Amino acid sequence: MSRSGGLHPWLRIDAAATVATLCAKLREAVHGALRRKGAVIGLSGGIDSSVSAALAVRALGPDRVLALLLPERESSPRSRELGAMVAGQLGAACFTEDLTAALEAVGCYRRRDEAIRAVFPDYGPGWRSTIAAAEKTTGAERFTWFKLVVESPAGERREQRVPLREYLEIVAATSFKQRLRKATEYFHADRLHYAVVGTPNRLEYDQGFFVKNGDGAADVKPIAHLYKSQVYELGRFLGLPEPVLSARPTTDTYSLEQGQDEFYFVLPYETMDLVLFGLNDGRTAEAIASATDLGVERVRIVLRDILDRRRATAPLHRMPMLLEPVPEIEANFAP
Amino acid sequence: MSVEQEVRDFVVRNFFYGDQSVPLADADSFIERGIIDSTGVLEIVHFVESRYGIVLSDDELVPENLDSIARIARFVRAKQGTAGGAAP
Repeated sequence: MSRSGGLHPWLRIDAAATVATLCAKLREAVHGALRRKGAVIGLSGGIDSSVSAALAVRALGPDRVLALLLPERESSPRSRELGAMVAGQLGAACFTEDLTAALEAVGCYRRRDEAIRAVFPDYGPGWRSTIAAAEKTTGAERFTWFKLVVESPAGERREQRVPLREYLEIVAATSFKQRLRKATEYFHADRLHYAVVGTPNRLEYDQGFFVKNGDGAADVKPIAHLYKSQVYELGRFLGLPEPVLSARPTTDTYSLEQGQDEFYFVLPYETMDLVLFGLNDGRTAEAIASATDLGVERVRIVLRDILDRRRATAPLHRMPMLLEPVPEIEANFAP
Repeated sequence: MSVEQEVRDFVVRNFFYGDQSVPLADADSFIERGIIDSTGVLEIVHFVESRYGIVLSDDELVPENLDSIARIARFVRAKQGTAGGAAP
């Protein structure tokens, strides 16, 4: 069943009008500001990249959109299937590049596995792993940290708080995946003189849920202002395949299946959307509690988490910093 | 050197990059002051475990034990069995 339970009144949008506006703006961005002939988009089979691709096809035409499927040995075969299904439905050209060899060459798997073995010495071939968020709440206070979860070939699952050095090493090695995906997207964009479309939704964009110069890199991000629930609404309006509309969001970055909410948000995205909207719209914690199934104290904790994470991830949004201005270049961006 | 001073030195070195002029009271919350995030929690755990030879369980990883200089000092002393009690 698709996630069509109906949008909360706070998040309701006119899907037809939204799509028309976004297509006009995307066309202007690609052909106007960016002066590119079309768009490249990496399809993960998830709702965000699928909606972004559908918008690009509507805005630019199917003959000016290249959909890329970028599997590697640990990505879900289902991602590839769903991505191909979406590209086929949209009539866009679709190209598959397996990134396994490139990831092996830069040591992505090896570096990560060495760090995992420092925590779980048994970890080896056939094992799977992921990083998950953990939290401890006492009263109105909360700490969050990360745990490493591994699963043996026999299905035995173990988890442990991951020490700082190993955590950073695992994340750094794994980020090769997002960065090589993006490097591949830019290869095709350069050879076709196309722009690269980035696919974050508002929750991801706001909370810095991306790898800088990885999935955070793009020429245009058409749905970065839309809450994830609204992206699903556009997906239904655009007639995306049912399996895409009903799929649970995952990062498809770690070998052990991992929901985005496990890794980063702790709460389901439907709830996070409402809390974030409430914060952005100046609603009280009591009003947000009424809109969600959370208690007021819990809402206050989540609100603080959102603000903390916004502050912590602000550097990810920064352009490279210049220590003195170069106004002649900035003048080129004037409307 | 007191535990408070050692923790303060760690915080100034690690989170303020040596800037001694940033005001920080022993009771100030690291979270509320925006000094640490999820990675910062791991940094503090690493400091406490490696400096004081303590192993923290996940149940002890709560703000009440680690979210200020004073709380860390109290927790460390309790774990070392010299005074007070750690939560939970």
